[in-house]
Amino acid sequence: MFDFILNKYNYWIYIVLMMIGFYAMIGKKNLVKKIIGMNIFQTAIILFFVSTASKKSATLPIIEHSHGHEEHAIQVASYLNPLPHVLMLTAIVVMVSTLGVALAILIKVYRRYNTLEEDEILQFKK
Amino acid sequence: MISQSPVLIIIIPLMFAFITLIFGWWKKNLCYPIVLIALFLSFLASLNTLNTVIASGTIHYRLGGWSPPWGIEYVVDYLNAFVLVIISFVALTVGVYSKRSVEQELPEKIVFFYVMFLLQVTGLLGIVITGDAFNLYVFLEIASLAGYALITIGEDGAPFASFNYVIFGTIGACFYLLGVGYLYIVTGSLNMADLSNILPGLYGSKVVLVAFAFFLVGISIKMALFPLHVWLPDAYTYAPSSVSALLAPLMTKVGAYILIRIMYTVFKPYFAIEMLPIASILTWMAVAAILYGAAMALAQVDLKRMLVYILVSEVGYITLGVGLGNRVALTGAILHILNDAFMMLSLFLIVGAIMYKYGTRNISQLRHIHKKMPFTMAVFVLSGLSVIGIPPTCGFFSKWYLILGAIKANGWVFVAVLLISSLLNAILFFRVIENTYLEPKGELEHDSESFSEVVTIDEVPSSMLVPILVTGAGILILGVMSGKIISAIIQYAVPAYF
Amino acid sequence: MEEIVSIRPLLAVLVTLVAALLIVFTGEKHRNLREFWTIAASIIKFTIVLSMVPFVLSGKTLEYTIISLTQGVSLQFRVDQFGMFFGVLASALWILTSVYSIGYVRGLNEHAQTRYFFNFALCISATMGIAFAGNLLTLFIFYEILTVATYPLVIHKETEEAIRGGRKYLVYTLTAGVVILFGIIYIYNLTGSLDFKPGGFLLGKGPSNVLVFLFVILILGFGVKAALMPMHEWLPTAMVAPTPVSALLHAVAVVKAGVFGCLRIILYVFGPTLLKELDLWLMLAYFAAFTVIVSGLYALGQDNLKRRLAFSTINNLAIIIMGAALLSPSSITGSIFHIGSHGFMKITLFFVAGAIYVKTHKENISQLDGLGRQMPLTFGAFAIASMGVAGTPPVCGFISKWYLAMGCLEAKEVVFLFVLLISAILDVAYFFPIIFNAFFKSPQEDVKPHFDEAPMKMVVPLMITSIVSLILGIFPNAFFNFFNLASMAAGKILGGV
Repeated sequence: MFDFILNKYNYWIYIVLMMIGFYAMIGKKNLVKKIIGMNIFQTAIILFFVSTASKKSATLPIIEHSHGHEEHAIQVASYLNPLPHVLMLTAIVVMVSTLGVALAILIKVYRRYNTLEEDEILQFKK
Repeated sequence: MISQSPVLIIIIPLMFAFITLIFGWWKKNLCYPIVLIALFLSFLASLNTLNTVIASGTIHYRLGGWSPPWGIEYVVDYLNAFVLVIISFVALTVGVYSKRSVEQELPEKIVFFYVMFLLQVTGLLGIVITGDAFNLYVFLEIASLAGYALITIGEDGAPFASFNYVIFGTIGACFYLLGVGYLYIVTGSLNMADLSNILPGLYGSKVVLVAFAFFLVGISIKMALFPLHVWLPDAYTYAPSSVSALLAPLMTKVGAYILIRIMYTVFKPYFAIEMLPIASILTWMAVAAILYGAAMALAQVDLKRMLVYILVSEVGYITLGVGLGNRVALTGAILHILNDAFMMLSLFLIVGAIMYKYGTRNISQLRHIHKKMPFTMAVFVLSGLSVIGIPPTCGFFSKWYLILGAIKANGWVFVAVLLISSLLNAILFFRVIENTYLEPKGELEHDSESFSEVVTIDEVPSSMLVPILVTGAGILILGVMSGKIISAIIQYAVPAYF
Repeated sequence: MEEIVSIRPLLAVLVTLVAALLIVFTGEKHRNLREFWTIAASIIKFTIVLSMVPFVLSGKTLEYTIISLTQGVSLQFRVDQFGMFFGVLASALWILTSVYSIGYVRGLNEHAQTRYFFNFALCISATMGIAFAGNLLTLFIFYEILTVATYPLVIHKETEEAIRGGRKYLVYTLTAGVVILFGIIYIYNLTGSLDFKPGGFLLGKGPSNVLVFLFVILILGFGVKAALMPMHEWLPTAMVAPTPVSALLHAVAVVKAGVFGCLRIILYVFGPTLLKELDLWLMLAYFAAFTVIVSGLYALGQDNLKRRLAFSTINNLAIIIMGAALLSPSSITGSIFHIGSHGFMKITLFFVAGAIYVKTHKENISQLDGLGRQMPLTFGAFAIASMGVAGTPPVCGFISKWYLAMGCLEAKEVVFLFVLLISAILDVAYFFPIIFNAFFKSPQEDVKPHFDEAPMKMVVPLMITSIVSLILGIFPNAFFNFFNLASMAAGKILGGV
């Protein structure tokens, strides 16, 4: 049972982080906190992907050649899986752009309603 | 050049977005022609792609020449090509329409609007054309981000609505990403065709199950399927007219497309239909969507908001077709993607036109606009009849297939819901028609007024009127041609399992 | 049976569609040109329709397929004897109704005339489409177009009452449409085809209870437009429409379309063999008989002239369905023929009501005392037509009632003979007083003593229709070969192919 938790600790961490982010997005009233929650949420997912790339006693996925002409067979098991890393680079870019757009929207909201609390804004709108 | 048309469909709007930005900074008036050129070329490319697919079957286009599953592949089969043409046509129509509307509603944001417009179109086209699951996520986010930005510049209440959309949309896209991630872990592949080959052996695994669950929830958010539609009403109501005219017909339909892809291409159909009762759950959500949308629409006084709730209802129709799990129903769902795009397009264009001329969308204030805008209102009546499902408009034919599919699946509740919703839609539209065309008068003095007041026609400018008329004509023509469309395209788009 | 491919059915439908567009674009500014389109289109249409009659009389059918709509079903016209009958009736009456409309609308200086004539033209296009439809789907398409096109006509006056009447009309007809659609799709699911065949095509295609269910809902659905009780309520309410609209609705287009649809279901979809097997024919006949008697009784209680005529219409439509339900050669012949004869007679009666209204603004029967002296032509026509509705020779109503009565005997169901008799007595009871009051009672104060008719554009059509009713009674095949078409149709239905 302990085994189950310990072996899959990366998943547990990402789940906890994701839930924190999710809670913040939904449960918090302040808009900035929601955005932070969104960020945590997305970061958790990125962590998840990257963590799935790791292997036991593996090294960075940069192929080392000794100088010269010998072609070594590449031992795949000793290199980390680079694909999730690459995918997550894209995802990080997406995350940052979303953050940027969200913050820009927040500025507009603030200018209009002079507050960043969701319940006050809803009151305003009535 | 011709054989590159799959990638051209995407590249042209993308590149032209940057060109528009540069030229727009220099001279604002250049934006509109550049955008039109881009959209028109993209439309031609998508037509070309459709022709190629009909002539020679599925197109596999490898970006950079890298072969799948390592490289990203664009796979264009009948379903794709069909939706691509719809997207590019709607984009072109809204593009033509947008000039006057944007000048009036967003005078200082013209460049911004057009750049975001093109990026949005790129995103939507990319979602549909790609054959790689992660690539779909990227394009999904491109489309969503452009959408968030476009909605924000709308009227009062738009930024807050857009913020809600940001939160919801991000959750949806991230769930989709999680689904892709889980599938990658167990299969090692991101290519859709590859996944569909590898996955059947793994259907018993919990990981795959979780992945599917994440997919469904994420896509449902993007598709605005009840009850995850809550971001839709505010976001589309407060958006500028051209933006809602672009997003309403397309975004949700693209979401439906993703649903069909995931459920029936990546995962083999028997997974969702026989192994798990997911398809039946979807049908019941669809029923809720149909009824909820119609009920909420009845309560609205704002014409645009009423249309948005009708949109929720229409998404329900498509989902019902997808979930019923037989060939006829799926044909109806795919046909409805086309028909609903046209119906929503024309309705939102018309609301935009009314906004342009009168600045109000309150139904009770729209008395007698049919005298000043006869053509617009005529198309409105036509679109309303299509939503109700009166032949020979296109809406009737998708209802025909959906009802037939429900009968074949012995889903009598669904048949009843489909029929009742027609009547509910009739109430909705005739209420608007009564308000706009009629005004209760006392018993008319028969020898009095009427002819003395020859009300001058004060229609919207032709750059707005022509798209409206074209879509109106399209609703009739598509209806009569439904048989041809189905026999030429849709019957091959439905997976062979059915 | 030979099938000829001919574009004429399509042309007949298209003529008025084109006219409708021309009317809209001509508009109020050029009223006379606009009216010209209406009249010209109606005459051209009638000519095209008449040109098809010789082919159909010789036993052939004219076909034209426009486009395939779904597997096994196309948008298709097929003119058989029954469809020809209805087409000829509708196009003939329409010429007269158009002339009458122009007179009425100008006489009252009505508003929104362009909208009126536009929808008028659309209605007749839809009616021709219904008449010539070759399968259930084509029929349904034009049926719904008819619903939509008649709505603006019903609410024409735009008063509170009119709008409410229109709403009721829509509720009834759209709900009926939805029910019919379900029936059609179900039949398509069972058989994969929706083409009409004389003698029906559903024999053996499904379990009995399913077929019974389908029959019931289809008759109920089409019965709404055919004003079968208890779905008749929209008809008296729709009297709020201008009189030419009522004439059109109640003699030519809407109700006849409903009855036409019912008969298509009874005779060309289900067919006598199947209905006898399921014992449905007797149930339907009783159901219709109920309407016949009750509507006659209702009619007695109405003071408003148009409402009384409305209930008389309901009465006659139910007689038509009853005749068809009896499934014997004479009864079917009589029933089909009655569609035509009642059309001419009832349109006369409505034209008269309109003429009275235009001239004197009177709507109620109690106000009509002595008017016969002022408007002898009008009331003369009324007398002829109402005699015919009651079944008195030599007006054409007698011929239909005769064949219907023979049909009751052939079907060996004497009950219905009595129903016909009672209905005839009721007819006399509610028509005779009108004629008596008009000619023999002393006039009220505002009645002019001498000849002072309504505008000629209104009086001439009503005289024409009443005279035609008379001639048809003596020569049932005059002008249109009505009788031959009716009996040929009956023969084909009962004979099979």
